[in-house]
Amino acid sequence: MAKKISIDPITRLEGHGKIEIFLDDDGNVKNAYLQVPELKGFEQFCVGRPVEELARITPRICGVCPTTHHMCSTKALDAVYHVKPTETALKLRRLIYDAFMAEDHLLHFFFLGGPDFVVGPNAPAGERNILGVIGKVGVEIGKKVIDMRRRLRSIITHLGGRVIHPVCGLPGGISKGLAEDQRQAFLKVAKDSVEFSKFCLQVFNDIVLKNDTYLDLIVGDIFQHQTYYMGLVDENNKEDLYDGMVRVVDPTGKEYVKFAGKDYLDHIVEHVEPWSYIKFPYLKNVGWKGFEDGIDSGVYRVAPLARLNVADGMKTPLAQAEYEKMFETLGKPSHHTLAFHWARLIEVMYVCEEMVQLLEDKFITNPDIRNLPTETPDEGVGVIEAPRGTLFHHYKTDENGMVSGVNLIVATVNNSAAISMSIAKAAKNLIKNGKVDDGLLNMVEMAFRPYDPCLACATHSLPGKMPLIVNIRDKNREIIKKIKRD
Amino acid sequence: MPKPKVAFYWCASCGGCEEAIVDLNEDILKVVELVDIVFWPCAMDFKYQDVRDMEDKEITVAFINGAIRTDEQEEMAKLLRKKSLLVVAFGACSHLGGIPGLANFWDRKTIFESSYGKGCPSVDNPDFVVPQTVTEVPEGELELPAFHNTVKSLDQVIDVDYYLPGCSPAPYLTMQAIEAILSGELPEKGTVLAPEKTLCDVCDRNETKPEKMSISQIKRISEVIADPEKCFLAEGIICLGPITRAGCTEEGSGRCITANMPCRGCYGPPTEVKDVGGKMISALASILGLENEENMSDEDVEKLMNQVVDPAGYFYRFSLPTSLLRRKRMNNPAKEDK
Repeated sequence: MAKKISIDPITRLEGHGKIEIFLDDDGNVKNAYLQVPELKGFEQFCVGRPVEELARITPRICGVCPTTHHMCSTKALDAVYHVKPTETALKLRRLIYDAFMAEDHLLHFFFLGGPDFVVGPNAPAGERNILGVIGKVGVEIGKKVIDMRRRLRSIITHLGGRVIHPVCGLPGGISKGLAEDQRQAFLKVAKDSVEFSKFCLQVFNDIVLKNDTYLDLIVGDIFQHQTYYMGLVDENNKEDLYDGMVRVVDPTGKEYVKFAGKDYLDHIVEHVEPWSYIKFPYLKNVGWKGFEDGIDSGVYRVAPLARLNVADGMKTPLAQAEYEKMFETLGKPSHHTLAFHWARLIEVMYVCEEMVQLLEDKFITNPDIRNLPTETPDEGVGVIEAPRGTLFHHYKTDENGMVSGVNLIVATVNNSAAISMSIAKAAKNLIKNGKVDDGLLNMVEMAFRPYDPCLACATHSLPGKMPLIVNIRDKNREIIKKIKRD
Repeated sequence: MPKPKVAFYWCASCGGCEEAIVDLNEDILKVVELVDIVFWPCAMDFKYQDVRDMEDKEITVAFINGAIRTDEQEEMAKLLRKKSLLVVAFGACSHLGGIPGLANFWDRKTIFESSYGKGCPSVDNPDFVVPQTVTEVPEGELELPAFHNTVKSLDQVIDVDYYLPGCSPAPYLTMQAIEAILSGELPEKGTVLAPEKTLCDVCDRNETKPEKMSISQIKRISEVIADPEKCFLAEGIICLGPITRAGCTEEGSGRCITANMPCRGCYGPPTEVKDVGGKMISALASILGLENEENMSDEDVEKLMNQVVDPAGYFYRFSLPTSLLRRKRMNNPAKEDK
């Protein structure tokens, strides 16, 4: 009797996401699907707007990572208007971006990904959340986490006007400069954040890496996929988040291609399936071979682990040392999905170090923050590394800068095929002979949580846990068993 | 004495309103002490069934954010209405329709075309496969919720007691609302829980406004370096301050203004304004080309007004579904809502 298991998390960024697992007659997994049941239509309703307004409209794609969309949009505006931002504006944009990347990654580690490790994958479900983390590490440290995020977010609020949907980006620069007293105040925040990032890596080291059970989970086969990886690098092939060339390495770690963001259409194609609103991008010149890993399949991965895999190193000393340590432990490239958590913390360290560098230089208070556009606007692509991976904003306008076309490839979408594969693999390894229990749910969650999918933006908020319901149905779609997480 | 019960739920939203709750920072620990959060899918392990199992009106207050676009969202809104004493529309999307409401300029067909069809340059989809409510895959059937033609605000679907405006609401207003609800000192039903002033009333730049404002040219923010001290409108830059409710900051200028960017109206209009577009057009008409009015032909006036390149997109940025326009007309009005 064929059965279908529906894992229906009712917490998603937009509406909700669903995982469907089909069992064969023996109760083993035939296939699994990740479905995203929502579409907003941004690409359509941005048409007809003045293009500069897109930097204020597109952040509403996501309230957790609005700064990413705002910056990517702003970079697309530079390209549409053929205008180069001033040096100071570039530094300020980087500063905002680094502060954002740090607070967003910290949110994931403590509120979402962390509980699986800090509290434990087998702890009672009700404890695997931020409150459980606070219970484990103590209220003082819990308050420290909240306060560090508040201070990092204050940098964005100050320069961007607001932290949820900032507004400061303009073609050729930025709308607000940094005063000297603020520079000094933010330098203190940045220095404290470097110390805090050391503390985070220490927590990860003590709680995860020193625990053999966790280490086995990380390096085990259930959570591995040999895929291509994509991320931005600077001219020395060091990781960059704000700018650079898009570098792709193959599953052996060899450079497959390096291209400028504006040429993305030569390298990325999106596949459509009728059973999900989300699209499935793949490498155009490798081709779509379905939901498969390996060197012959165009499926690639993005986000922290992918970025470390494509880079030859990190730009800052402490992060470089951590980078070396991680690859010593896991080998390079690392195909270990759970290592996304580790890579994420190394990135926190990098952006905090970079903030200190930016703020130690008084140049950042220079009032020259804007070059006015003089060229006729037409078309442009912005590319940036969102916390969750490479993001593309592509705009076309008429000669008056009114939008005639928009294409967006959002970070999580790049990972959509890989997330499906990770879920299917975990399910196939864990569900045997029809035996399904609550433990499966934890493991399936752990298969997609490292990607920090923005569909589950939800789990960025307080206790990082998703309510799940599994319906097991017979051929007639009658529910024969219902499993609920306690 | 049992603690009051609070529910948080989201519909078609971006997650920014959830972040706005997390941005209460340490206050969130206070809130957790005062109330029992009984439903918050993004954060806690309560399910739809748990809500269904509750007594009617068992929840003291449900904060619902996001616009309404699918049957599921509508169903959840109705369920929470039934189980809650009070429902607060939280944030611009549930209050007015929000940015997702801009989709009402189009319909499902055009949106699918731009996402999955020839309108999208990165898609390889020669057979124009689009998401289906039911798909046969080799192993069985997969279902998706239907995508509606029309985006709605929360009060177009259920009865709403109070509104917390903003995209997203400022944490201090959220805290004030929670305190008011807990103390029972609530204003009249239907109140927007924010100041009754306009943004212009509280703006630090108000002093720079000339006695008699007159502008001869509309400038786009991309074309100029705005003076960080001066009133945007007086400089010819469109700013929705005159028709937007204050409250996005506790004191002084609005949030966007502090970054030297004009207001786009996310807090919606103060109570006496019935339609923001109409009000903004009359506000602009009263200052455009004022100095030279006697010598201008109708054609000249029209030229001036035409400088506002996307009036609907500026004025109804956050409120199209609740405006007089509501949505683009469809050939078959019967299909509008589904």
